[in-house]
Amino acid sequence: MSLRGRDIVSIRDLSTEEINEILDRARKLIPIAEGKKSSDALDGRVVATAFFEPSTRTRLSFEAAVQRLGGRCLTIADIGVTSMRKGESLYDTIRMLSSYSDAIVLRHPNEGAARLAADASDQPVINAGDGANQHPTQALLDLMAIEESFGTLAGLKVVLLGDLKYGRTVHSLSLALAQYGSEMVLSAPKALALPEDLRSELDSLGAKITEEPEIKRAVRDADVLYVTRIQKERFPDEGEYRTVAGSYRVDASVLEGAKPRLIVLHPLPRAGEVDPEVDRTPHAAYFRQAFLAVPVRMALLSSILPSGRAG
Amino acid sequence: MVRELRITPIRNGTVIDHITNGLALDVLRIIGVRELDKDSTVSIALHVRSGKIGWKDIVKVENMELSPRKVNAIALITPSATISIIRDHQVREKRSVDLPEHVTGVVRCPNINCISNQGEPIESDFRVVRRRPVVLRCTYCDRQVTDFLRHLA
Repeated sequence: MSLRGRDIVSIRDLSTEEINEILDRARKLIPIAEGKKSSDALDGRVVATAFFEPSTRTRLSFEAAVQRLGGRCLTIADIGVTSMRKGESLYDTIRMLSSYSDAIVLRHPNEGAARLAADASDQPVINAGDGANQHPTQALLDLMAIEESFGTLAGLKVVLLGDLKYGRTVHSLSLALAQYGSEMVLSAPKALALPEDLRSELDSLGAKITEEPEIKRAVRDADVLYVTRIQKERFPDEGEYRTVAGSYRVDASVLEGAKPRLIVLHPLPRAGEVDPEVDRTPHAAYFRQAFLAVPVRMALLSSILPSGRAG
Repeated sequence: MVRELRITPIRNGTVIDHITNGLALDVLRIIGVRELDKDSTVSIALHVRSGKIGWKDIVKVENMELSPRKVNAIALITPSATISIIRDHQVREKRSVDLPEHVTGVVRCPNINCISNQGEPIESDFRVVRRRPVVLRCTYCDRQVTDFLRHLA
């Protein structure tokens, strides 16, 4: 099925075949993402990156992806400089943006914002994170990082560690892993457990899920340790955050009994949950993972948008 | 005949029958009794024996026909209900309530951070993901809802 013109709001919007297609294309685009080859696949195309929440990697990797493919970006990186500060609705803002661009990449603090944007826009909308809900393009690059290390996505044991309640990256990733039949081990403080409705959705998909709050035990037979930051900004109050702050940390001692091929992933930024000493171990894969954001987003954009002038 | 004495017949209006026992007052809340013509009579029967569902409630409202939105709201809380439209003492139409695939503008999303609760120019919208018992999923934020009474719009 073609992805041309499609909205990517949730990882649920993509079938396994479509994910495979994006990852195949992303692998071929790595030399362009590295600047070793050039491309004009998006020549003449304008992509709006509308970020109403802080972002480093997601926005910059989307913009790098557009520019590596010869396209241009319209950027909103600060809500304070838009008319939303004057009370303009997101709906109206997106209507306007869709008339200025060929696709919209949106990050927003409210869950469901990307779905609203997809309804409002005449152009395809890509969700770059909506509150604590979904971050489908992060899941795609997480999958690519796993596949690059193991050559497969099937039959792996993946530990999801940390803030599984508010962490949108794990919400998207867990749904994608379920499609590939990976075994998931949930390791989280009780207060940060995976939302119940997502858990039951995963169960209904036949996902193999166990729980192990003790990190060392969780990691023992695992292939992937996916660590997340506690999403401080999503907590309704500071007190609730303080009860879980600093409740887990991955350092070299945690990884002592792990498989030699275990990889540690993290969507970044980290805030103390992965000790920098892990960077010097062969397990650290999170900087490579961050780089893969560029070819994955190139693959997605070039699948969704029609070829540029030269294409 | 005994049943007829318990609730007086109406000339024009709506009879909502086979309401799950104990939910008649919630159905009244959905109907919006305050919107009624001041001369209209509302009759409620609670805990009535029913061959079909054991025990049931019945609500009769004079001079009112329900909007599709209100019918959807009733279907959410009591899918067993039937609705009869009465004109000149005759039952002109009788049907069971039936949930559409999407329920729009009837329930508020319980997630306060959902974009549908932020004053945007949109109506709440839910996909029906299960019918017995009813489970809805917010089209915007994907949150599931089962406790509709607390979240009626």
